[in-house]
Amino acid sequence: MEYFDTLIVILQSTVRVSVPLILAALAGLYSERAGIFDIGLEGKMLAAAFAGGAAASVYGSALVGLGAAVFVSVCLALVHGFASITQRGNQIVSGVAINFIALGATVILGQAWFRQGGRTPQLGEGERFTTVELPFAAELADVPILGSIYSNLLSGHFLLTYFAFALVPFTWWVLYRTRFGLRLRAVGENPGAVDTAGISVIWLRYRAVICCGILCGIAGAYLSMAMTAGFVKGMTAGKGFIALAALIFAKWKPVNVMFACLLFGFLDAMSIRMQGNALPIVGEVPVQFMQALPYILTVILLAGFIGKAIPPRAGGVPYVKER
Amino acid sequence: MSVPYAKLPAWVDYGLIPLINLAVAFAVAGLVVLAVGESPVRAAGLMIQGAFGYGEGIGFTLYYATNFIFTGLAVAVAFHCGLFNIGGEGQAYVAGLGVALPCLWLDQFAPWYLVFLAAIVGSALAGAAWALIPGWLQAKRGSHVVITTIMFNFIASSLMVYVLVDVLKPAGSMAPQTRAFAESGQLPRLDWMFSWAGVDMGGAPFNLSFLLALVMAGVVWAVIWRTRLGYEIRTMGHSPRAAAYAGIRQSRIIIITMMMSGALAGMMALNPIMGDQHRMQLDFVGGAGFVGIAVALMGRSHPVGIVPAAILFGMLYQGGAEISFEMPQISRDMITIIQGLVILFAGALENMFRPAITAFFATLGGARADKSIAAAE
Repeated sequence: MEYFDTLIVILQSTVRVSVPLILAALAGLYSERAGIFDIGLEGKMLAAAFAGGAAASVYGSALVGLGAAVFVSVCLALVHGFASITQRGNQIVSGVAINFIALGATVILGQAWFRQGGRTPQLGEGERFTTVELPFAAELADVPILGSIYSNLLSGHFLLTYFAFALVPFTWWVLYRTRFGLRLRAVGENPGAVDTAGISVIWLRYRAVICCGILCGIAGAYLSMAMTAGFVKGMTAGKGFIALAALIFAKWKPVNVMFACLLFGFLDAMSIRMQGNALPIVGEVPVQFMQALPYILTVILLAGFIGKAIPPRAGGVPYVKER
Repeated sequence: MSVPYAKLPAWVDYGLIPLINLAVAFAVAGLVVLAVGESPVRAAGLMIQGAFGYGEGIGFTLYYATNFIFTGLAVAVAFHCGLFNIGGEGQAYVAGLGVALPCLWLDQFAPWYLVFLAAIVGSALAGAAWALIPGWLQAKRGSHVVITTIMFNFIASSLMVYVLVDVLKPAGSMAPQTRAFAESGQLPRLDWMFSWAGVDMGGAPFNLSFLLALVMAGVVWAVIWRTRLGYEIRTMGHSPRAAAYAGIRQSRIIIITMMMSGALAGMMALNPIMGDQHRMQLDFVGGAGFVGIAVALMGRSHPVGIVPAAILFGMLYQGGAEISFEMPQISRDMITIIQGLVILFAGALENMFRPAITAFFATLGGARADKSIAAAE
């Protein structure tokens, strides 16, 4: 029973840390499936976390914070779109630029506005998201196994958590069952064909980039307004890149993305849990190894040793009409 | 398909357009300074004064520039092959081992120049080794070098934390760093260069690795533009298909280029470890690997452009530190913004102003032609 309780605790923190990964990886999915590579997920998330934390504390409302987060993230996404779609610039370079601009600007503006060393003020009641209890969670808690799973693992999360998990089937439906999704996938594989069919490649790609911005914004808001109560300098700490790794690990498929993010989240939760504790067979594993594991796994996957990750064919290539 | 942009005079292409892009990047940075409630003009003045106004400032500017010359060259070499090496940060970090281990082994008995030689070789080998795996994966397994080098940055950072905390930290010490090197593990400072000019360098850690950086800039120029290998690298960068058709062995070139790039990034570790701190500390690279991207883009991947671009960023680092004394609102993070803006405007939005400039020169040329026709009549 003790092991079971430990497992529930680890799984619960897995869900907690997986949510921003899922949101950001799905954000990247919309963009990359349309042929726009985006390594600026990290920067957009960071800027959104800052905007959310700042606006929520100034206006005293979590919803205003969420709105600000999404707005800022979409603006950055549009900069990326302008550079890579309209100006046909290098998409990787543009993504790198956005990461740096967000990293610097959040600290400079945060220090200028709040004077707390790059933090935003601690968010109080009503300024941040609160957890919701599912019905009968308290009553069922005493039921063995199932009750514990229901009331400790499934209940007691933020609405954004349920939103993130609901977004996975929704994205699958959009991608594979709607006209927009079909065109989105087509424009990432063969934009010429989409253009021939009389559909604007540029407008389609801009819409994909905006979707990416919205989801990155929500991911950022989750970081600063749900997971913690306020923005801290550099708080994304590489989560955008882990999300990118998860997206590749999942071979650009929505349901796989969820599992990849849960796996990487689980590794993260384990590494926190295992600090100083020895594992049964291998003995004590260095924390650093656990932290590096998502990246190592992605490299091994990319090398084609566990299946093959094939990116959308037109990814990274700006579209030029024949002239 | 036609050429997207009309041909411009060389001085416009290599001089005017990069300058305009740079000016726009700095103008936007000025807006940020304005938003924070300070005067951009005063900030710029303070920065130049802090970076070039006195001997110690110049010394620090050139010390930082040394790092950026190495990392800028690293990114540039990869650019010539059409590869984007974002992993300079990780390569330099791992290369710290290639510097620190020879110093720790040899500093008790060998003279400094032997230690320096061993450290040069060690840093280049370690950096190249860390870049070899992404290069090999790109060449043989088709995994994209951008993603793998990003992953390798994170892996390097975990690895080095482990090595510094659990292996190299002397017993009884709390700080995650190696022991301090003896005299011969320290590079001579270049005071004499300053005393020629009659300036006092003060405590700036400007050292011999600056000269090594300049030598490497020359070596990169010679290899890329004056050897068969360089020709093959550039051919790959322009058109991989043409290279394949010409019988160039692509995977060999990719792997060699990535190793050269990693070796250059690795040598950067000499400057902070042997030149300044005389020990290896946690996170000694401090983002220099990423600054290299901005430097290479600004310098148009040519050593002649990279050296001044590196000095400009050295000025930003040193001058930025000075500004934050006078204007507490503007911390070092301002440089990160400027770095991002330079990458954006000199890299991704490189061609934004080109149509307008082309049109301007076309009308100028047209007017001149009209005049000469009028004169002939």
